[in-house]
Amino acid sequence: MPSDQTPKGAAPRRTPARAASVVTPAPAAIVAPASSGLAGNSPWAYAPAPESREIVTIRQRYGLFIDGKERAPSGGEVTITYNPATEEPLAEIAKGTPADADRAIEAADRAYRKVWSKLHPRERAKYLYRISRILQERSREFAVTETMDSGKPIRESRDVDVPLAAAHFWYYAGWADKLQYAVPGRRPEAHGVVGQVIPWNFPLLMLAWKIAPALAAGNTVVLKPASTTPLTALLFADVCRQAELPDGVVNIVTGPGSTGMSIVTDPRVAKVAFTGSTSVGVTIAKGIAGQGKGLTLELGGKAANIVFEDAALDQAVEGVVNGIFFNQGEVCCAGSRLLVQESIAEEFLARLRDRMSMLRIGDPMDKNTDIGAINSKAQMESIGELVASGVAEGAQIWQPACDLPTRGWFFRPTLFTNVAQSHRIAREEIFGPVLATITFRTVAEAIEKANNTAYGLSAGIWTEKGSRILQVASALKAGVVWANTFNRFDPTAPFGGYKESGYGREGGMQGLHAYLRSS
Amino acid sequence: MGKKSKRTEKLNLPLTIEPAESSDRLEVRRTAKLYIGGAFPRSESGRSREVQLAKGGVANIAGGSRKDLREAVRVARIAAEPWAARTAMVRGQILYRVAELMEGRAAQFRDDLINHGASKSDAAAEVSAAIDRMVWYAGWPDKLSAVLGGTNPVASSHFVFTLPEPTGVIASIAPEASPLLGLVSRLGGILAGGNVAIVLASESAPLPAVTLAETLAVSDVPAGVVNIITARRAELLPHLVRHADIDGYDLWGCPDELLVEAEQGAAEHVARVARRPHGVKDRADAFDGERGERIDGITAFLEMKTVWHPIGS
Repeated sequence: MPSDQTPKGAAPRRTPARAASVVTPAPAAIVAPASSGLAGNSPWAYAPAPESREIVTIRQRYGLFIDGKERAPSGGEVTITYNPATEEPLAEIAKGTPADADRAIEAADRAYRKVWSKLHPRERAKYLYRISRILQERSREFAVTETMDSGKPIRESRDVDVPLAAAHFWYYAGWADKLQYAVPGRRPEAHGVVGQVIPWNFPLLMLAWKIAPALAAGNTVVLKPASTTPLTALLFADVCRQAELPDGVVNIVTGPGSTGMSIVTDPRVAKVAFTGSTSVGVTIAKGIAGQGKGLTLELGGKAANIVFEDAALDQAVEGVVNGIFFNQGEVCCAGSRLLVQESIAEEFLARLRDRMSMLRIGDPMDKNTDIGAINSKAQMESIGELVASGVAEGAQIWQPACDLPTRGWFFRPTLFTNVAQSHRIAREEIFGPVLATITFRTVAEAIEKANNTAYGLSAGIWTEKGSRILQVASALKAGVVWANTFNRFDPTAPFGGYKESGYGREGGMQGLHAYLRSS
Repeated sequence: MGKKSKRTEKLNLPLTIEPAESSDRLEVRRTAKLYIGGAFPRSESGRSREVQLAKGGVANIAGGSRKDLREAVRVARIAAEPWAARTAMVRGQILYRVAELMEGRAAQFRDDLINHGASKSDAAAEVSAAIDRMVWYAGWPDKLSAVLGGTNPVASSHFVFTLPEPTGVIASIAPEASPLLGLVSRLGGILAGGNVAIVLASESAPLPAVTLAETLAVSDVPAGVVNIITARRAELLPHLVRHADIDGYDLWGCPDELLVEAEQGAAEHVARVARRPHGVKDRADAFDGERGERIDGITAFLEMKTVWHPIGS
């Protein structure tokens, strides 16, 4: 199946940087024939198995959650959050202003001084356990809401996002009254008010990664969810209410990036945590320079997934597919660069294309769906622009034939081969279902190429040789190394980057340290 | 003197050596140079400046330039990987060896401090504390992974461990008011974690840093692992903080008025930053006793790496 070959004599196409031109970017031969995929009457086609939306009631309008109460934004403005799978508006969301941020910080500061810092740590722990239990109890509701608001497949929100979020609260609950064991020989103290800004790719899970350790350490929180995915954070406000968490301990302020900046730069905010793009992370770090605040950043990535010739190939194919297509590739630690040993490249890529042809793309609410909707129109355009650059720079593009829904923001899974390390698709974070393949011959070359990036969040190693795993794992400049697995997360396992992927860790005892200062 | 003659008798040496302090003898002065890549270059800029000494006279201190800094980063980067690759036990032994050699040069370190205005007793105390501090750090490298890392009991069938690794090339703005103990307390942390260092020495009291460089040069610390630059901090700092091949900054000794610019420069390439804790002043006693024995000096420049592997057949 010569589908990755450009027809003889065809010049590299200079495709304009537009998403629309990318879905069918080049000669028809690069798209696999329909008979190899799931389209039409394939025996692999599944009957629809949609999750019911009935468990969820989405209100027409949501306010801010400040000092335990829902408040209208001071400016009276709202933004709309959409369902990316249907492009339908879901709800009106308060557009928080700097004045709202100020009010939330004031509430958090008061709650810290008057209530939360005076509470016995054992009681703090019990609140966190309560929150964890309520998340478990309402997990279906959270999963459905998350999928409607973010576009991720229900299978993932149900099996990954929500259970992990509950597990994070559970894990850190137990730390609340054991902080002295996290910093032996020192006296740990909370910072006070913590300002947190989170992204749209794992809305509830990132909230849990941020809020659980912050509260366990004894801080109070002002959190800004992403503009396109605020719903589960606002649903979490209801969990706080059910848990009878004291007013002001958790405050949720929706709004644009500028509102986030006014939260993190406020002098009463003693510690800042951000997950998102490297450019915004840099802006935040510069914005708070010299203020003496604690800062942790979890930024972008361009992970190499390295497949050695002795790897168990079918497992590696599964791992590579999971690595780049999990959550539509909208994952900071996505395995977006496939480094495959030259001796097996041809066979491996053939198996990979076969597997990609079996991926089910479509309604995120369908329990069979592998790849859901791209989070926003802006993100669709950004992915399309980068894919177009890959074609323009001379890499070979391949996409499986599959029917995409006519409405909603869907991007065909994309495999690039013949990629040079200098190509933008090999250097820049695409944050979409796009895999760039680079080959290597020796272990040393694999390590060199894997580390040849400004990022350093994660990496994957596929080999049956244990000593090679340990050698390569120690040579990779990455904060998380998955060997013969990929995209695994756990509250007990620290997660975070090297180099321009940021600093500080989330998860584990190490994740607690950022929320404590020790004297 | 009696003690001295007794020893020389034992060694059966002729008793003709003049005491060094003899007033009619012209002192052989030391040229205080930079320390880059294991060598002692003058500044490429050709600059030096006079520092008045308490005992009288002056010392000429090399005036490091932006280009000297770039050279230091270049050699530090080369030295970083082999230094990080040494076993933790060996790194500990190398740091202990530094302490041994500092002990041998204790008199000169005391002299340096006295020349910068310290009393005899303060100088003696600072030198002793600095040597002991280096011994304290020498014990750390092979304990860091046990104290800071571990295995993670994940809720799936995987074996998962987390280990600290060095960040890489670290630039240190050494404490100003504690020119030896402060310098050693910050540098020791950077080295114990497996990083390499470029140090901007105390501007008002640079001599102990020069002597430390001369000590390191004959120690087992590989060339390029520590580079010490004497310079005007306000001049070099804007370039230092924007050098994209520096992975982290120890801003403990950064003057308050330069802190915003320093942190903004570091932020541009997502470099790690350690700074003076809130409320702590850059004072001579800032590193005395347990106040100076802080693991933070090590952990600021460590990266935690988490490795996953499935359990199964």
